[in-house]
Amino acid sequence: MSVPAIETRGLVKRFGNTAAVDEIDLHIPQGGIYGVLGPNGAGKTTAIRMLATLLRPDAGEARVLGHDVFTEPKAIREKIALTGQFASLDEDLTGIENLMLLGRLLGYSSRDAKVRGMTLLDAFGLTEAATRQVKKYSGGMRRRLDIAGSLIVTPQLMFLDEPTTGIDPRSRNQVWDIIRTLVAGGTTILLTTQHLEEADQLADRIAVIDTGKVIAEGTPGQLKAQVGTGALKVRVADPARREEAAEILGRTLMTEVIRESDSAALTVRLEDESRAASALIALQDSGLSVETFALGQPSLDEVFLALTGHKTADEATEGDAPATQEEAA
Amino acid sequence: MTTTAQDQSQKIRSVLVPAEERPAPSGAVSASLTYGWRALLKIKHIPEQLFDVTVFPIMMTVMFTYIFGGAIAGSVDGYVQWLIPGIFVQTMIMITMYTGITLNRDISKGVFDRFRSLPTWRPAQLVGALLGDQVRYILAGTIILLVGFVMGFRPEGGLTGVLMAFVLLLLFSFSLSWIWTVISLLVRTEQAAMGISMFIMMPLTFASNIFVDPETMPSWLQGAVEVNPVSVVVTAIRELMAGMGDFGSVTLVLVYCAVLVGVFGPVSMYFYNRKS
Repeated sequence: MSVPAIETRGLVKRFGNTAAVDEIDLHIPQGGIYGVLGPNGAGKTTAIRMLATLLRPDAGEARVLGHDVFTEPKAIREKIALTGQFASLDEDLTGIENLMLLGRLLGYSSRDAKVRGMTLLDAFGLTEAATRQVKKYSGGMRRRLDIAGSLIVTPQLMFLDEPTTGIDPRSRNQVWDIIRTLVAGGTTILLTTQHLEEADQLADRIAVIDTGKVIAEGTPGQLKAQVGTGALKVRVADPARREEAAEILGRTLMTEVIRESDSAALTVRLEDESRAASALIALQDSGLSVETFALGQPSLDEVFLALTGHKTADEATEGDAPATQEEAA
Repeated sequence: MTTTAQDQSQKIRSVLVPAEERPAPSGAVSASLTYGWRALLKIKHIPEQLFDVTVFPIMMTVMFTYIFGGAIAGSVDGYVQWLIPGIFVQTMIMITMYTGITLNRDISKGVFDRFRSLPTWRPAQLVGALLGDQVRYILAGTIILLVGFVMGFRPEGGLTGVLMAFVLLLLFSFSLSWIWTVISLLVRTEQAAMGISMFIMMPLTFASNIFVDPETMPSWLQGAVEVNPVSVVVTAIRELMAGMGDFGSVTLVLVYCAVLVGVFGPVSMYFYNRKS
């Protein structure tokens, strides 16, 4: 475990005059999930393609699992697997044919490749679709087959480029479960995403990329801490009395109260989280019933806004509520 | 739901293969054959793509023989003996163009990123595609020869001569395909690949000895026709089919093949490795 999964220094890739990746330094240890977060066109895919030896860097250094991307691409290819942003599958072929193709290329005999393929299809719940052409698969099925294709031989390092883009929430949860399973099995995962919630849910560490540069790096908690304070979110039972509640909160906590678009919701930035309780008591004393309240760190959306000075595309839709637990046991 | 999710996690855990147990990646030949197999699977799933290697050859053979037969050789019967070997070559090398066009479409898809990230011999992806095309060429060639036979083509060289000619032409088609591979890697769209390929193909096939004896051409053109690889191939094929196979002609074709692969193969790989 001594060799880092990925180590880059001053990595650069230019397309014409624009630097898609502009002097990126990364140090990613083996084990766990590393998230690369950024909006469309930030350079995430370009960075991954360089690390997966598909694209030659214009400058800088990069070592993947201890091997130089310039001089030892083959050694790297033996240890990695790539699941591209658009499904890296042959859509004209069936599910099993895709896996057999990859299996044979990776050194299995025709028969072993088929056995291995069927085993993987079973594990990913795709047995019934084995002999169907991939172009007839749903987005979620494609993703699962795509990941299965990366596991024919288990990679030490797996690149997942926006693994949940364009699939429905249920499939997304399935993919998340799969990713967590793989990490528990010892694979290191480098994941790119545009979704702050996804990085927050999965990644142990996150690099935030914007216009080809890393603008922040750390654990999700550290990143959130960069924006400073926590927040108290309150939803009153009667929207008509929200103003009253806002006035009480402002007075008790002595800070600005943000009126959310939800006509019953209020958010207050907290300098000192221990004072939240007294604010809630003050509301109760005034006879205002509070429907829900939550105390939490700022969302990654707010982090991103604070770091880049511009909003992410999905800012408006991303909720602050804690992620809904899917079907607790 | 919960239990199935847990089951699935467990199943996935159980199918992970420890690094020590992974087989060695397949070698150059085996990888090329595997990519060739992929090309065959594509034919199986999209049989429409055989249209160009079935209908097109019939059309070419019938059309050219009946249109030019009388005018050039005085009679269709006499012309058939001369023209069929030429049409055989022309149709086949026109079909090789589709190799580049298909490849151009194929390479732009996500699956090629996956292929390129595998620890196999990289040219295998291109070699395999070209090997798969051999099946198309064999189909097209067989159809041309059958149609020719129906129209009265009776090669003196018999089955042996025809088969030898066939093998030589397949080899040449494979070698020539590397030109289209380079083009397909350089241009962005299929249409552009088609346009440029046609631009090369037209003089290559018409400024040759396929349709007429070059003796009627101006001398400067005769020089060009003589060095045109297509003429060299047509000559060798005519000789083989006529049962007068000439070691020199065949060797010359093999030299052309070696040069085509030797030049355009590495150039293809250069662009392939830098494709973004």
